[in-house]
Amino acid sequence: MRKFDTKVQYLKYKVLRAVAKHAWKGDLLEKVVDIPKEIIPGGTPTMRCCIYKERAILAERVKIAMGGDKSNPNVIEVIDIACDECPASGYQVSDACRGCLAHRCEDVCPKDAITFDAQHKAHIDKAKCINCGRCAQACQYSAIINRKRPCENACKIKAISMADTGEAKIDNNKCISCGACVYQCPFGAISDKSFILNVIDIINKSDDNSKYKVYAVVAPSIASNFTYAKLGQVITGIEKLGFFHVVEAALGADMVAYSESKELAEKGFLTSSCCPAFVDYVHKSFPKMVQHVSHNLSPAATIAKYIKETDPKCKIVFIGPCTAKKMEFQLEHVRPYIDSVITFEELQALFDSRDIDITTLEEGVLDNASYYGRIFARSGGLSDAVAQGLKEHGLTDFELKAVPCDGIEQCRTALLKAQAGKPDGNFIEGMACVGGCIGGAGCLTHEAKNKADVDKYGRQAMEKTISDAISVYNIGKDN
Amino acid sequence: MMKITVCIGSSCHLKGSREVVEGLQKLISERGLKDSIELAGTFCLGQCQTGVNVLIGEERFSVTPDTVTEFFEKDVLPRIK
Repeated sequence: MRKFDTKVQYLKYKVLRAVAKHAWKGDLLEKVVDIPKEIIPGGTPTMRCCIYKERAILAERVKIAMGGDKSNPNVIEVIDIACDECPASGYQVSDACRGCLAHRCEDVCPKDAITFDAQHKAHIDKAKCINCGRCAQACQYSAIINRKRPCENACKIKAISMADTGEAKIDNNKCISCGACVYQCPFGAISDKSFILNVIDIINKSDDNSKYKVYAVVAPSIASNFTYAKLGQVITGIEKLGFFHVVEAALGADMVAYSESKELAEKGFLTSSCCPAFVDYVHKSFPKMVQHVSHNLSPAATIAKYIKETDPKCKIVFIGPCTAKKMEFQLEHVRPYIDSVITFEELQALFDSRDIDITTLEEGVLDNASYYGRIFARSGGLSDAVAQGLKEHGLTDFELKAVPCDGIEQCRTALLKAQAGKPDGNFIEGMACVGGCIGGAGCLTHEAKNKADVDKYGRQAMEKTISDAISVYNIGKDN
Repeated sequence: MMKITVCIGSSCHLKGSREVVEGLQKLISERGLKDSIELAGTFCLGQCQTGVNVLIGEERFSVTPDTVTEFFEKDVLPRIK
């Protein structure tokens, strides 16, 4: 059974599972130093030069699974000794250079950085090269390659650079904790800190939900994860872990769509506030645009706030695809509502740490939200929901021109244009991950069919309109 | 003030808690009882088999969209002081 995209994810999962197993048992403190040896008992190294280095790196992964470096406020962390210090020489001429006559590379180079040797082969003068990449595009043999580190390539806001000592370094003033580097680093040298111990503690101290109730709020992208089982079985699995009840974050999304559409019609121009990495990006890179970010809490925080209103003593754990949510829940205005955050990867590890095979469980139910709240999980869904929200408010005079952006590069373009006073529309839907939340770093898989899975889940919702889904939310408010 | 809490968890929602809420809202407003009854929602009362679960104070009742009026007349009205 294939649960993950890559072996890096699988390794991270094995560490999380081992840490969780000991935490449930209550012997984590005694056993923590043995975990690397449990995972790599000995024999031939399969990942690094020797099993001792493998175990040393695993010890670092164990630390991150237990919450990581407390002195670093970022939830995304580099494991220095796991970083392979990939060559990062930029544009380079490879052996494929044929020493042709055309010299297109030379012609397009704006810095005259290209020269030719006695065999007519091209060479790039690194002192002059500005890494514009035009030579690589011009070469008909694709002989010029860009040797860029996968982490730096993944990080579209350029928060990752090379430390003097060679390993990757994250600039926390720029980083938005989207997790793109976590998913892309082929050596698993960048990881998101885990709060699984925090969650296990919340569950244990609830004394089987008698001292307080523990609610799980699950993101709608759950529909494209755990596809080896039925969604209802995942819900039962979550309850088996010790959660009292599972609520859809998508109901929070319905609430957001309803209020955001009204806010948009009033203000005339808005960016979304659902994606914590996008919101952080606006704050860090486009401070002038902060005033245009919707005042709504994110869907997860909105529904958590509602649950806390119905049950003030309860604890709420968000389970989703997102590493940036691990930053969001620590924000002062979100902290009162969400008590902890884990990813789908971590949920899988928690299931297996308790030997819960969800495929054998009865199907529970999950149905609070409408179609529109559920499709927030994929790019364009939020814009569709806002259009529906306007319709349900009867604000048909307002013409919505949505600019759905997925991936930081599209977000940057839209924000630059809007900042210059020439926006492409009046509503920027900003999602930091390509494809939207279904492309989140904490997803088990990242596949083309994931969007179809989300749309199908949307259509299965019992409520067909946003107003119907959120009518329960207004109980007591208009009565 | 009487507090009526309707379960809006997934299971009760599928059994029609929205209709139950709407029914109660309508009855409360028709009888002019807005000042005597507070309506609230909650997620799951742990009794999913008997949904839609409704609490009057701490006392639990099983209501369906079809029995809202009956529930209101038989169980709610007599309890209003």
